[in-house]
Amino acid sequence: MVDKAKIKIEIRNLSVFYGSLEVLKGVNLDVEEKEILAVIGPANSGKTSLLRTLNRLNERNEGFRMQGEILLDGRNIYKKYSSDDLRRVMGMIFALPVSLPLSIYDNIAYGPRLHGVKKKSELDPIVRQSLEAAFLWEEVKDRLNLPAMKLSGGQQQRLCIARTLAIEPEVILYDEPCSGLDPVSTTKVEEAMRQLKNQYTQILVTNNTKQAARVSDRTAFFLMGELIEIDRTEKIFTAPRDQRTDDYVTGRFG
Amino acid sequence: MKSSRAYLNRIFEFVIEKAIFLAGILSIVFVFLIFLFLIKEGFSLFRTYSIFSFLFGTKWYPISSPPQFGIVPLLLGSVAVTLGAILIAVPLGIGSAIYIAEIAPRWLREILKATVEFLAAIPSIVLGFIGLVTLAPLVKKLFHLPTGLTALSGSIMLAFMAMPTIVSMMEDAFTAVPKSYREGALALGATRWEMIRRVLLPASASGMLAAIMLGIGRVIGETMAVLMITGNAARIPTGLTQPVRTMTATIAAEMGEAVQGGNHYFALFAIGIVLFIITFLINVTASFLVRSQRK
Repeated sequence: MVDKAKIKIEIRNLSVFYGSLEVLKGVNLDVEEKEILAVIGPANSGKTSLLRTLNRLNERNEGFRMQGEILLDGRNIYKKYSSDDLRRVMGMIFALPVSLPLSIYDNIAYGPRLHGVKKKSELDPIVRQSLEAAFLWEEVKDRLNLPAMKLSGGQQQRLCIARTLAIEPEVILYDEPCSGLDPVSTTKVEEAMRQLKNQYTQILVTNNTKQAARVSDRTAFFLMGELIEIDRTEKIFTAPRDQRTDDYVTGRFG
Repeated sequence: MKSSRAYLNRIFEFVIEKAIFLAGILSIVFVFLIFLFLIKEGFSLFRTYSIFSFLFGTKWYPISSPPQFGIVPLLLGSVAVTLGAILIAVPLGIGSAIYIAEIAPRWLREILKATVEFLAAIPSIVLGFIGLVTLAPLVKKLFHLPTGLTALSGSIMLAFMAMPTIVSMMEDAFTAVPKSYREGALALGATRWEMIRRVLLPASASGMLAAIMLGIGRVIGETMAVLMITGNAARIPTGLTQPVRTMTATIAAEMGEAVQGGNHYFALFAIGIVLFIITFLINVTASFLVRSQRK
């Protein structure tokens, strides 16, 4: 804990534009290996744009431009990786669970199959381990062939986490993963995140400051595309350096 | 004064309401009347000519004596031309729709969409004429045939006519697939092609089928272009490089010379019934498929 943690992702002078709109303004940020970094901030602060830039989904947006660089293990993700290779390493969980119109089993097996694992004897353990890690195995083990769309919202979100785990990423990005979930499901998703901490670097974008306080090691506060402050989570929530951070986490604006 | 105004208003309201109702059911009434008329005229044939020889007869000799009205050669002619056209139009159409919906940059997408729709606006007689003077000689030369007026030429021509329907309907089906499916697949490390094949195509399968069905409907009902370009030989085709005659072309070509009220005249109406039933079934299937995708 006292040792200087290894840096997993380095973001250097990152600016992101959609057309002429600058949504991220010169952001410098390090993400440590195997930490949970929460990213908080009001609407339009650039949180989601940060995630979409990290796994290069932004490239699909019309008018997207960026400056600066992002290094993953020291390698520039826009130059040294192909977009699909990068997305294998940086899994993403979306706000609305996106179950593909397939069975539960096939949803999990989708990623491994894409990457060449075809045999049922190899897929079965992957599916099981992924579902276990996402705290879903007990609830679905008897109905793996059911369409995933039949699951509840909370179950679908954990299914998405399991699906992402099945491709063995190193980093998991969460884009407001609990915004559509009830408190019980939220607790389960947060529990899953804590369990995954030993193996994965996780970045959690959330609108729920309490959630950031509950699960994260460090918290970054964004406002209007700028990184205002990043520190240990306890510090952000008890004694932030910047007045604006204090105002936001205590609910005085935003 | 005031009450008479209100009274007038009420009458006006009543009249408008009924007028709109009439306009609404008019199309149903027309379809029904047309069908009745077709049935009446077409079935008159079967008073003197057996329905079995009509449906399964292999010879269409309407003016020999005794005349023979077997529609098998015409039916197969339509099938050959339609199948050929679909075999050409579907792969092209899928490719084109995927390109427009998924790959083309926005400015090019708009140009392509407009152009494809413009293709639909070209009168079929003009396409037929162009086909006659450019495509038929080419087909003749390429396959060393005695004539270029063959089922193949007709198929190529009709493929172009079916393309706009197929492409714009498929493009709609692709666009209707939620963005989240695409990003969900991409976020798992799928390449663009893997995403298209494993997510986009399965998710829009019924819409794609509907597009193909409507394309078939468009092709099978087409008359002028096939009349000009398929050679009009009412023989059972054994290959695509032979002249064929379709059901539609037969009606168009022979209606002028058939004696009104004669068996030949009735036989052409009977062909009309067969066509009507085929296109009706195709349309019903297509709209069923479209509805099943919306669910």
